[in-house]
Amino acid sequence: MSPTQNRRDFLKKTATVAGLTTVAPGMLFYSVSQAKPDGEAVTSKVRWGMLIDTTKCADGCNDCVNACTKEHGLNDNVRAEIAPQWIRKVGLRDKQTGKETTLPMLCQHCEHPPCVDVCPTGASFKRADGIVLVDKHTCIGCRYCMMACPYKARSFVHENLENQKPHSPRGKGTVESCTFCVHKVDKGEKPACVEACGKAMIFGDIKDPESEISKKLAEVSSTALRADMKLNPGVRYQGI
Amino acid sequence: MKEIQFQELEGKSAGFYALLAVSGFFLLLGLYAVYNMEHYGHAITGMNNQIVWGIPHVFAIFLILAASGVLNVASISSVFRKTFYHPLARLSVLLAITLLVSGLMVLVLDLGRPDRLIVAMTIYNFKSIFAWNIILYNGFLLISIIYLWFMMERRMKQYYPTAGLVAFIWRIILTTGTGSIFGFLVAREAYNTAIMAPLFIALSLALGLAVFLLVLLIDCWKTHCSLGEGVLERPKKLLAVFIVAVFYFVLAYHLTNLYITGRHGIEYFILASGGIYTALFWGGYIFLGTIMPLLLLYHEKFTHSRASIAAAALLTIVGGFSLLYVIIIGGQAYPLDIFPGMEVTSSNFFDGVVNSYTPSGWEILLGISGISLFVLLTTLALKILPFLPRSLADSDIEPEFRN
Repeated sequence: MSPTQNRRDFLKKTATVAGLTTVAPGMLFYSVSQAKPDGEAVTSKVRWGMLIDTTKCADGCNDCVNACTKEHGLNDNVRAEIAPQWIRKVGLRDKQTGKETTLPMLCQHCEHPPCVDVCPTGASFKRADGIVLVDKHTCIGCRYCMMACPYKARSFVHENLENQKPHSPRGKGTVESCTFCVHKVDKGEKPACVEACGKAMIFGDIKDPESEISKKLAEVSSTALRADMKLNPGVRYQGI
Repeated sequence: MKEIQFQELEGKSAGFYALLAVSGFFLLLGLYAVYNMEHYGHAITGMNNQIVWGIPHVFAIFLILAASGVLNVASISSVFRKTFYHPLARLSVLLAITLLVSGLMVLVLDLGRPDRLIVAMTIYNFKSIFAWNIILYNGFLLISIIYLWFMMERRMKQYYPTAGLVAFIWRIILTTGTGSIFGFLVAREAYNTAIMAPLFIALSLALGLAVFLLVLLIDCWKTHCSLGEGVLERPKKLLAVFIVAVFYFVLAYHLTNLYITGRHGIEYFILASGGIYTALFWGGYIFLGTIMPLLLLYHEKFTHSRASIAAAALLTIVGGFSLLYVIIIGGQAYPLDIFPGMEVTSSNFFDGVVNSYTPSGWEILLGISGISLFVLLTTLALKILPFLPRSLADSDIEPEFRN
């Protein structure tokens, strides 16, 4: 074999290998990103909501919080001031009557979310089905949404991340909050907190009159937090 | 009308090089702080999930407000045709540009992802006042540069008043936008009020003029150029008017909140029980930033001294900085009222409690690097182009300011 042929051969092989290694993973990710288990686009015919019965929410129970931490790989060995808080338990006492309540607090997935209004790049957005999310690729980390949220539902990733879950990508220097476990909801499942709770939380489509949540909402009186702001949150509380 | 002669800084003195070296050093320190903040994350700062915006934002907004306000000197000259201010117009526009660039640097470098600045520049959510501000800041820089060019280029002189008018209107809109960043925050009791826009405009005028007077006094002290008492008289009186204007808006803001029962909590916090915020409000803003400079500017005993004017300008800056600290950080330290009528008995996310904030050295260095960049850019620009009038002696300016 002549040296020229040898070189040509080498170049060919190199080009093939280089081509395959650059294109193949891209194609692989393309197929993954296109995969939509239910085969349907998100539609505004559905609005996901949650009803929390505070009379059934036990004081000292943290099952919903733990389930969220596990599902999304949130690290809980972080200083409290900067720890991620997608869902938290809050104890309350009525100033007038002294009645005590405990409830889980999470992103309220508003119909008119102030976080979406204020986001300069549109990274904070609302899906057609009412789930409010942060696009981690366009969030510049300005934290204006955290200033705007009336529910203190968002946190900022202050440190390097470890052990991220592929279904719940996070990013240092960006803002995050409860996703309503969108990766599970899109597969027809319920959010991790609802699954873990079992009795105090109902999740479903509030636009479907036949859904469990709609029937319950029609039957019992429920409260939207900071209803005075007219944000129409997707999360409602019973018993406060 | 006497032809005004402009000149560059000589730029050979030890003071000139010392200024460059010191500001360059602090700028580098600030960039080192940014490197660490990006590498380790914002965990190394005092900012957290409760106090989301900290001291870098106080520095940045201070610089941005001063930028808009300092241009007022040029506006008085070209929009309101007060030829008396004409010799100072070039310096006014230069300072506006350098202050804004410095403020934006601090703001951008504090982002969680400053590397994504291109995203902020190319993707806009037009419902966001923040997005509008990005356009307003960039526009302000562009307009100021054109304004300066028309001012300095003889052939473009005829368009100079038009450029001045555009710059004047633009900066009113710009500061309205800056104030509205807070005014439009519906969720927090300290904000959510339209008065933020005029309050920020008044504050920008006071801070801008204070910075301008300081630069002028320092420059004329350094270069021993003649600066007449008559020349100083008008901006001195104007500064007092602006200080009173800021006080008026602060008063109206607090009176409104004191009237609204639902806002008594935040008022009590800022005015009486807020620790550092209460101290900064009464001691920093009211006493040092309002009463003292007014005394220095108006009292017969002090008003004629140049040191008094310099002190008044410096105190106005101290007061403005304190007020911004109270507004920006105090407003976040007071807890959100998520559950009206309820008291929070337990929470692992600091619900219902006053949030504490201690700025770390890193974020303070970042803030100071903004001031350093301002000093560095201004000093270099003064050396390169003729921004400074050769003389500001009363005899050279006198005929003008009689009108």
